[in-house]
Amino acid sequence: MSAPRVAVSMRGVTKRFPGVIANDSVDLELREGEIHTLLGENGAGKSTLMNVLTGIYLPDEGTITVGGEPVRFGSPKDAIDLGIGMVHQHFKLVPSHTVTENIVLGLGHGLAPVRLSEAEEKVAELSKRYGLKVDPAAHVWELSIGEQQRVEILKILYRGARILLLDEPTAVLTPQESEEFFVTLRSMREQGHSIVFISHKLDEVMAVSDRITVLRGGKNVGTVTTAETSPQALSNLMVGREIKFKTYPRPERKGDVVLELEGVNAVDDRGLPALKDVSFTVASGEILGFAGVAGNGQDELAQVMTGLRAVTAGRMTVDGRPMAGARARDFIDAGISYVPADRHGVATVGDMSLTHNSVLRRYREGEFGRGPLLNMVAASKYADRLIAEFDIKTPGRETAVRTLSGGNLQKVILAREMTTRHRLLVVMSATHGLDVGATEFVRETLNRHRQEGAAIVLISEDLEELLSLSDRIAVLHQGEIMGIVDAAAAEIETLGLMMAGERRAEAIA
Amino acid sequence: MPLRLELRLERSRRLDYAVPVLSVLLALAVSGLLLLLTGTNPLSAYREMFTEAFGTSYGFAEVLVKATPLILCGLGVMIAFKMLFWNIGAEGQLHMGAWGATAVVMTGWDGSPWLMIPAMVIAGMICGALWGLVPAFLKVQLNCNEIITTLLLNYVAILWVAHFIYGPWKDPTSFGFPMTQQFPDGAQLLRFGDGRVHLGLAFALLAAVALYFLQEKSRWGFEVAVTGSNPTAADYAGMSSKRNILLVMLISGGLAGLAGMAEVSGIQLKLLKDISPHAAPYGYTAIIIAWLARRNPWGVVLVSILMGGLYVGGETVQITMKLPVNFVLIIQALILFFVLGGDILARYRLVYRSREVAVGG
Repeated sequence: MSAPRVAVSMRGVTKRFPGVIANDSVDLELREGEIHTLLGENGAGKSTLMNVLTGIYLPDEGTITVGGEPVRFGSPKDAIDLGIGMVHQHFKLVPSHTVTENIVLGLGHGLAPVRLSEAEEKVAELSKRYGLKVDPAAHVWELSIGEQQRVEILKILYRGARILLLDEPTAVLTPQESEEFFVTLRSMREQGHSIVFISHKLDEVMAVSDRITVLRGGKNVGTVTTAETSPQALSNLMVGREIKFKTYPRPERKGDVVLELEGVNAVDDRGLPALKDVSFTVASGEILGFAGVAGNGQDELAQVMTGLRAVTAGRMTVDGRPMAGARARDFIDAGISYVPADRHGVATVGDMSLTHNSVLRRYREGEFGRGPLLNMVAASKYADRLIAEFDIKTPGRETAVRTLSGGNLQKVILAREMTTRHRLLVVMSATHGLDVGATEFVRETLNRHRQEGAAIVLISEDLEELLSLSDRIAVLHQGEIMGIVDAAAAEIETLGLMMAGERRAEAIA
Repeated sequence: MPLRLELRLERSRRLDYAVPVLSVLLALAVSGLLLLLTGTNPLSAYREMFTEAFGTSYGFAEVLVKATPLILCGLGVMIAFKMLFWNIGAEGQLHMGAWGATAVVMTGWDGSPWLMIPAMVIAGMICGALWGLVPAFLKVQLNCNEIITTLLLNYVAILWVAHFIYGPWKDPTSFGFPMTQQFPDGAQLLRFGDGRVHLGLAFALLAAVALYFLQEKSRWGFEVAVTGSNPTAADYAGMSSKRNILLVMLISGGLAGLAGMAEVSGIQLKLLKDISPHAAPYGYTAIIIAWLARRNPWGVVLVSILMGGLYVGGETVQITMKLPVNFVLIIQALILFFVLGGDILARYRLVYRSREVAVGG
């Protein structure tokens, strides 16, 4: 049997940033026609390595060969010319343009302009060949996240990519969309493409990849064949220690009702109904989980509970006081903490220091100054305290939080939202994209706060997380609550049916 | 190309300060080439400009005179820019401030400066602030692009002033020149020394101190910084962006209005056309100043004095070396051009790498 042909080989690739070695002499071999997973905790150097392979970063040391030829990229265009294309986590599409227009953007020139009709045919053909269902004439703003991702993949296929780098592609997809996506991945592999797949989800990795390379601390700690490994072994390689998943004991007693929603309605940014007649209560010392496929009103619900979105009908009370129509700052003052899903876009100011970010929602409090003044000395002390208590890895409190890794950024947000006198904690996708160690830390912290009497609303797409932490689980479908079930007795199948729109009678323990 | 740009992990602090300095030097170099083309020795022109502006007490006093409105307008533009509200309407706000201050005098009041000056300051600041509030209101209510509205309102304000000095406020003894009568003594700002340096300079320095404290030490300054850096996070933090846009434009317009008041009451002593130099109006120069000063009030003061030197030096070589009046404008434009281009270097770094194939391993 002949040795498989190698599509890309990276040898001894080192990339340094001031104070950090992001990639430390990394070897990576990608074979033709394989799905190769790059696995690792946040900050392990996965994205940096891919950015080196696409010519965005130049390596400080090391060599790259593509199809056996040594190459040196001068720019991302060189990588594209060599048939290497990347789909980033954050899409780079123009919403007001059509799918085809987005795909051909930047191609052609004055003497040989792109003919849109021809391009559209080619897009349709590619879309059919790879099972990437999307209307070439649709505008990007009309598309779901899953469809937008297909456009991104089509974009690089259109440019003739044979080697596809996909940075956490399933992070934005619903379980169903992920399944469809894997079918596409396999079909691309059948047609001889080589794929690098970055993911945190071990079950997906096991299901879809041929080989797996694990990065830890910027180093390659092992490349294994999927058939010869197990999730447990991978998780050990990733963190370098044993990790146990556990369910947390639920407290016996519950306190007074903190949050009550009664018949709450709200509309989304386009003015369409997003929440319909939503009613529930959360008590002190309780975690109420919210399950649901993304885009079924979770964002709007979180925003309503934190005063960032107006209620169009219905009643909401916190500790018995009506809150509907109040402003966001009144919700903060009422002791409602909020950990949003979007850490960079909503929860932090990337260019500002950790100190500034640590008082982002608390700068009005007396602790941080008198009258109109802001006491930066007090803020700095507070930031130091958060860094110590939450073990935040940062060069210092004056560091711009943009440079922190995902897990450390989430620690900053959690630290800020939890080190305050909170009555209610609204947490959305708390561990999304975090590595195993950080995930465990976040869950421990949430559990501790429940024990201490906080009322917590936990919105997540991760059913395992909801089952391990929640007292009760509510399921949202098209803005309506399909039912609220006792988490201890809940079955994944039942929750799945409810997520698909089946109503269940409330079974509150 | 062996040179390429690579995104920096963190914005370079050093370059934040180096870029403005280099931009000025490059602008002078390129303008020097233009001077050479016209047959003028640039070095002697620059030496003449510099010694006139900073080497003589008369010249330096004039520099401070020019710097006064520049500081006030520059501070106003800076605080608006800090919140990403692109106020390029300082020129109009300055005109409305000058108009408001003049309106106090036009009531026929001839009283003590202790009463008249505060009244004119307040009237000027209110008029400038209200003029700034118009685009802010349009932005908040209708999401109108403030770059367009602030720019267009400049012309309205200038014509508004023109209407009064050609019409109802025109001095009947001015032989047809469009200007008001000279202000009574009580409406004139105190001057210092032999030159024309007036109390407006103190207003400007006080404003810089006030803005520094507002920016660095107050909760509201924190709100402005957060809103300017990530408006969504500002909402999340319970800050009201709409309220802050209105507030920031009240301050921005008020400061430019104060500049207008100081010009009519400290320098012109009447309302007339071109209270702001026609070739390089203060309100527009303020945009360059705000950009060069890196959102730092002390930077605004420093850069305004340098720009004042450019005005004074420019006037000198216009007379002694017969250089055209637009020469100053060319230098200013080049400075802005280089500083905007140079800002790329603060975010990206230039990497020198050959594209040749490396030796395979």
